[in-house]
Amino acid sequence: MLALLTLAIGVLTGCGVWLLLRARSFDAVLGLTLLSYAVNLFIFAAGRPKVGADPLVVPGTPATLATMADPLPQALVLTAIVIAFAMTALLLAIALRAHAESGSDHVDSKEPRQ
Amino acid sequence: MIALLLLAALPWIGAAVVACLPPAARRRSAWIAGAAAVAATALVLAAAPAVFGGEVLRFGVPWLPALGLDFGLRLDGLAWLFALLITGIGALVVLYAAWYLDPADPAPRFFTFLLLFMGAMLGVVLADNLILLVLFWELTSLSSFLLIGYWHGRSDAREGARMALTITGAGGLCLLAGALLIGHITGSTKLDVVLAAGDLIRAHPLYETALVLVLLGAFTKSAQFPFHFWLPHAMAAPTPVSAYLHSATMVKAGVFLLARLYPALGGSEPWFWIVTLVGLATLLVGAYTAIFQHDLKGLLAYSTISHLGLITLLFGLDEPLAVVAGVFHIINHATFKAGLFMSAGIIDHECGTRDMRRINGLLKYMPFTATLGMTAAAAMAGVPLLNGFLSKEMFFAETLAKEAHGAMQWLLPAGATLAGLFSVAYSLRFVHDVFFNGEPVNLPKKPHEAPFFMVLPVALLVLLCLAVGLAPAQTAGPLLAVAAQAALHGAPGAPLPAYQLAVWHGFNLPLLMSAVAVAGGVALYFGLQRFVNLHRIARLPGWVRHGGRDVFMALQTAGVHAAQALTASLETGSLQRYLSLLVAMAILAGLLPFLGDGPTTPMAPFRMDAAGLGVVVVALIGVLATAATVIAHRQRLLALVLVGAVGLAVCLTFVWFSAPDLALTQLLVEVVTVVLMMLALRWLPAASAPEPRRPLRGLVHAGLAAAAGTGIAALTWAMLSRPSASISDFFLAQSLPLGGGSNAVNVIIVDFRGFDTLGEITVFAIAALVMHALLAGFEPTRGVVAPGERHPLMLQLAARLLLPFATLVSIYLLLRGHNLPGGGFIAGLVLAIALMLMRLAHGPQWPPARAARRGHDDYRRWLGGGLAIAVATGAASWWLGSPFLTSSYDYPWLPGVGGVPLASAAVFDLGVYLVVVGGTMVMLLSIARLSRGIGGVR
Repeated sequence: MLALLTLAIGVLTGCGVWLLLRARSFDAVLGLTLLSYAVNLFIFAAGRPKVGADPLVVPGTPATLATMADPLPQALVLTAIVIAFAMTALLLAIALRAHAESGSDHVDSKEPRQ
Repeated sequence: MIALLLLAALPWIGAAVVACLPPAARRRSAWIAGAAAVAATALVLAAAPAVFGGEVLRFGVPWLPALGLDFGLRLDGLAWLFALLITGIGALVVLYAAWYLDPADPAPRFFTFLLLFMGAMLGVVLADNLILLVLFWELTSLSSFLLIGYWHGRSDAREGARMALTITGAGGLCLLAGALLIGHITGSTKLDVVLAAGDLIRAHPLYETALVLVLLGAFTKSAQFPFHFWLPHAMAAPTPVSAYLHSATMVKAGVFLLARLYPALGGSEPWFWIVTLVGLATLLVGAYTAIFQHDLKGLLAYSTISHLGLITLLFGLDEPLAVVAGVFHIINHATFKAGLFMSAGIIDHECGTRDMRRINGLLKYMPFTATLGMTAAAAMAGVPLLNGFLSKEMFFAETLAKEAHGAMQWLLPAGATLAGLFSVAYSLRFVHDVFFNGEPVNLPKKPHEAPFFMVLPVALLVLLCLAVGLAPAQTAGPLLAVAAQAALHGAPGAPLPAYQLAVWHGFNLPLLMSAVAVAGGVALYFGLQRFVNLHRIARLPGWVRHGGRDVFMALQTAGVHAAQALTASLETGSLQRYLSLLVAMAILAGLLPFLGDGPTTPMAPFRMDAAGLGVVVVALIGVLATAATVIAHRQRLLALVLVGAVGLAVCLTFVWFSAPDLALTQLLVEVVTVVLMMLALRWLPAASAPEPRRPLRGLVHAGLAAAAGTGIAALTWAMLSRPSASISDFFLAQSLPLGGGSNAVNVIIVDFRGFDTLGEITVFAIAALVMHALLAGFEPTRGVVAPGERHPLMLQLAARLLLPFATLVSIYLLLRGHNLPGGGFIAGLVLAIALMLMRLAHGPQWPPARAARRGHDDYRRWLGGGLAIAVATGAASWWLGSPFLTSSYDYPWLPGVGGVPLASAAVFDLGVYLVVVGGTMVMLLSIARLSRGIGGVR
């Protein structure tokens, strides 16, 4: 289970970096999206995710990590997801504006010499 | 001693007041600056009885107690002498400058800088510990930069200021290092400790290093060879500045440091050799060069260098009597050189030039100034009955008395006599060329006597020279005694060596040396004048063609070129290159800790563990969709769908691993992201153009991607296969008792780590506003196909039906968030999606024009409101006497409903909710609205 998670994080990172290094702005945005998935999953993994753990505290029973999911990485990742969205949106806006101003969607705002 | 603090603070206060005056307030700024300087002088004089009585006055407040640093001031004999020079000559310079400055020059700026400099100098001499001293030392470098560059329109002024700042500032850094070393050796940077620890310091293996570093600071400041070249270039400053900086203050800071630290660093072989030789070289180079200057101030500048060399040499001799002579010459040089600079300024002011080849025969045009100037020049030359003669005699006597190794035994007296000869020659040139030697040549102005108040400071200084020269024991005697005592011993009590201040010592060897110097100097000057014609000499005879300035400029140019080359090689304008470097650096940074031989626990071997079929399928879908995204990334719509699939797989991962809040958030964000990208794709090309074939670049990128992927995977596995120690048991245990909620994730977000969340929603709001600023009112024209919009009726109906339900669900999610999955982020996204669906279904016709006119679709208000609520909730806890964002909760009893859980954190969550709705809508709408007016349906 955790091995699969590890593999998935690795693939997401590799593919994200590859796309990030492409020459077109939209591709780079896609790459960043993949990278943010990878990073969020990585932080999430730091909490040693468990299957079938209790996500909520039940009054009257002891609340410990033995039976429950680790809430701290979850809280960090939750806000990170939203911030990653904001960053994607901002980059898209810049890409749009740059494309409209320069007529090229190349990340350097000019078509490369062929 | 609060008076001490007042003394140190007065110039700064004066500077602050003068800085507020309008540029035309010439007289007022002079009055205020003068008042500050005179008051400071009065405070110094008021401290005289205590200091002359052998006391050391102190003032101290804790500054950085953790580092054992106090803001401490200390006034002993040596500090008192310098404080008197700084404030007294400062007051005279203010009076002089008030008449010197041109009406076009902004006077308040000048006096502000001057007072800043005075404050920094006072700080240097009064500082009670070395760190504070270095701090003020660098402040003198900075403020002298401003003063030298006062006429910033002139390139020579800028260059001179830059040179002075670079050299003295760099020296200050060396001094800082030296001070830290001394602090390391003695365990304290407090002056009392350092001055008492001379034996400890000299015996320490780091002594030589510390000594050289401190001396570098002193030599650069005091313009010692080979750093002397900045001083003549600093002559581009207005003459009052030169009179102040180069007689009594700035350059004297270096010799002050020598005197101050003499008990701690002096008294050793390295001290003797370095300081003596540098002093001797400076003495000779300065005096020789001064003869051949045509610029009046240039002559004085090199003469200053030479006299500083003389003082340095005296301290280097490492004899108690030599230290006394050095302190005495500090006093004498300050008085006659300030007077000489001021006379030069008067001549410049009244003639319009300082070129000694043109100003001749001024005696009959300005007899009063001429008399004063000639007297001061005679003091500089060391003519009997003037103060310069006395310290020069002492200097000659000391060079004779020093018992040194072989060649030094005769080199010192010979060098001293030769320098004395040169100084007679250049003093004679000053007197003869300026006041006699025929008639003025082609002057811009007709020279005449200067205003009374400009001559008055010169007259006072020359009178002092005469008074000390005629009755040294009665005038300068007590002052010299306390100052020299402090310089020699650092603490009151220890006795001074026996010396005699008298005009006549009888016929002895020093007198013979003086006679040789005077006779030789006169012969040299008139010989040069007659046989070589000094006025025709363009360049220093017998000297290297390239001086320190050329070396400095070459180094500066080389530095600029190196920086430009580095910038050009890094900043190629290619984002791909930057990102590659960034990724490579990140990989390297991640790799670095594993390269060392630190203690590592072995990593468990990677093996696949048991997993259910469903998990494998989801993981497979996720990985395949990721790979497919890469392969199909040029067809953008397809790639977008595939990224959506990856997002869903991530969402399912969260579900599987018992993280319902994350799964909900991921799902909703996925929806919003896809909508946003779809909207954006309408304005971007549908497919990515193929990249030019560059196999090498492709290989590098693939390598980076592979390295990053495997690196992160290895890191993840290394982390997962080790035992963890989480702090989360605290959060889980305290979630109910302290936060009043059973959803620990939400409690952490809005309560335990609420301050983080406040920061995050602020970032979110800023991102939304930046997007709005980028796109609002912007009409894409180039390279853009205007798309059409269609608004199907079925979708409109569905959206209308959905909105009320979605709103209800959203509010429910918000309210229950503290105890069940939900909360501000999730609820906000739900509402934003429903609102966006309405907007997409209806196009720009929604919201209706009436509502739009009232600004109901301006979601920026939601951002402001949400942030205000969040901050107000946090601030409310101040009112209850707790720290920012402390939450409290209660279960108020509502009739018919029962106990309602109500936490202040829920109000904070409301703020989060509003920001998320507002921010998401601002982002989406800023792209959606782009269609307005361009082909789209209105």
